[in-house]
Amino acid sequence: MLRIPIARRLTIVLIAAGLAACACSSQAGDGGSKDSGTYSLWDPYPQFDNGSEWVKVIDNCGTQAGVKITRQAYDTTDLTNKVLLAAQQHTAPNVLVVDNPVVSTLADAGVVLSNKDSGLAAAEAAPNLVAAAQTGGQTYGVPIGANTLALYYNKAVLRTAGVDPAAITDWASLDAALAKVTAAGKKGITFSAIGTEEGTFQFLPWFWGAGAQLTSLSSPEAASSLDLWKSWLDRKYAPNSVIGNTQTTSWQEFATGEYAFAENGTWQRANAAKAGFEYGVIPIPARNGGVAPAPTGGEFVTVPVQGDKGTETTAAKIANCLVSPDTALTTDTALTYVSAVPAVQERQIAAQPDLKVWVDAVKAAKGRTSDGLGTRYPRISQPLWTAVQAVLTGSKSSADALSAAQAAAASAK
Amino acid sequence: MQLRRQLVGWAFLLPLLAYLLLSYAYPLLTNLDLSLRDNTIRTFVHGGAPFVGFANYAAVFADPAFGTAVLHTVVFTLVSLVFQYAAGLALAVFFTRSFPLSATLRALFLVPWLLPLIVSASTWAWMLNSEAGVVNAVLAAFGVDKVDWLTSPNWSLVSVTVANIWIGIPFNLVVLHSGLRNIPAEVYEASALDGANGWQTFWRITFPMLRPVSGITLLLGLVYTLKVFDIIWIMTRGGPSGASTTLAVKSYELGFGNMLPRFGPSAAVGNVLILVAMVAGICYVRVQRHQEEA
Repeated sequence: MLRIPIARRLTIVLIAAGLAACACSSQAGDGGSKDSGTYSLWDPYPQFDNGSEWVKVIDNCGTQAGVKITRQAYDTTDLTNKVLLAAQQHTAPNVLVVDNPVVSTLADAGVVLSNKDSGLAAAEAAPNLVAAAQTGGQTYGVPIGANTLALYYNKAVLRTAGVDPAAITDWASLDAALAKVTAAGKKGITFSAIGTEEGTFQFLPWFWGAGAQLTSLSSPEAASSLDLWKSWLDRKYAPNSVIGNTQTTSWQEFATGEYAFAENGTWQRANAAKAGFEYGVIPIPARNGGVAPAPTGGEFVTVPVQGDKGTETTAAKIANCLVSPDTALTTDTALTYVSAVPAVQERQIAAQPDLKVWVDAVKAAKGRTSDGLGTRYPRISQPLWTAVQAVLTGSKSSADALSAAQAAAASAK
Repeated sequence: MQLRRQLVGWAFLLPLLAYLLLSYAYPLLTNLDLSLRDNTIRTFVHGGAPFVGFANYAAVFADPAFGTAVLHTVVFTLVSLVFQYAAGLALAVFFTRSFPLSATLRALFLVPWLLPLIVSASTWAWMLNSEAGVVNAVLAAFGVDKVDWLTSPNWSLVSVTVANIWIGIPFNLVVLHSGLRNIPAEVYEASALDGANGWQTFWRITFPMLRPVSGITLLLGLVYTLKVFDIIWIMTRGGPSGASTTLAVKSYELGFGNMLPRFGPSAAVGNVLILVAMVAGICYVRVQRHQEEA
């Protein structure tokens, strides 16, 4: 009586053990394919489902290259780690769409191919955008579109306070406008100074607009930009919540209709149209007038290393198709991005005149990893956002915080 | 027959062994290996990171932010444990008496535990917002100035600790409640006959007889609180400028909070946490054995 159950259980146990033992070896093959007709593409656009224009664009490019593409969308903050792990397991996707400051990191890790090796062509894209993906004399990938930061303003609030947005051309006139708005009982400006990359991204237009350089965080110019933000908090032009704001929560504050200005990105245009009040956009002013260089946002299409020339060539064909001007225009329209190609930018303005301010901002914009900073940028950005937070909370003076930041950035490898 | 029995025995052990090796030993060893090598992003993908011994640990310990994170971890963990346990015990004692709706009320107290952390942490963040938060609105109604709960370096650690206490109370309530039910009713009857009042009954009967359950509750609470990450990350990102960064947050920040991950130091901080939890576990086992022998 006893024997049969034991034997049966033994079988089950052995099967279970066998399953456990081979669970770890079945990973290869769900990422990049080597010879089959199915190619994988990863992007950071989870907002687009399978019926979207973006997926249609992908399918068309696959058909043109004679292959089928399976697409996987990740949250943009997840994508870098997912790709690094996949590359470690030799399961990187065939085509990767990734946020521009990450490209130099992936290039440094040997995860993505240079354009020279893959056959991708970035010649048509604007040089100031492409620069974000240049490291060690090579370019890695092509921008699919661009976005950047500017100042949204609430027309009704400015009208009540008697502020003319066209007169805001430097920091002094912006300060004067904020003073008027606050005196009129409205709130001044909201932005994001959170202790992450988003905080640095939002701070850079002021930092660069003061003439500061990322290679020298402790310069007097850098201190003047940080003092500007701090003075806004001290004078109640900006709410204290900016210290914890992401760009999304900052936008939610602006969307209440209480605020005169919001520093936010091209990607909020669709939400701005739905905000329920009239809005306008002005470029972020530099300290002494003119347009401040804002950091470029937006993704690059790259070809990860597969170790198989044929697959890589086909992947580059797909990538070239995705960034070809007409195809990319569809994508950029869906993302409310500005095209990376100057000629297409003109066409976008012709179709939507209110895009002009954004196109101008993108033209003046600068990649965070540009100027050959590459993978040094993340080591500079983190001390910088830490300094911004320390000053805004009042725990350090701008001079102290920035010299500590410079020391941290210089000591990092 | 003997051999066959032994084989069968081993076969029964095999799945457990495979499970332990795959899901515990392998990740732990990988993490240890990661912390002992100088991994750049390139070596992480392609392998070949040089062995550097305890250099990552030395670098982490030398960072002044590490000391602050240790202090925050100690404060966060101890304050959370004390308040969770005290509130949990008070509620458990309260609920041992049967009264109408007691079961319903007890179920309601479980809500914080059942909610996904992202929901509860986001709700706390929204309530404590300096500008639009409901807490500041209530304070304003009483004429109190607004407090920057999440954006002031003096308050952010307090805020995340309060949120964590709220989330941890149900766990303490449930475990202690079931512990209370295991105390024999005769003991209470005897103490009632001896004329003990409520306070005496609690300190002389309930609390001592609950000690083993209290021990395990506190140990589990300690391990759980040490590794709390999501609440803090969602509410403050460990900020402003590190004012609410605990070791778990520090480890995440090093490994994933930057575009250029620092796997070695991140793994080193993670291992320190594991070590602390293990030491606490061993202490607990020792104390328990001591109690049983006594």
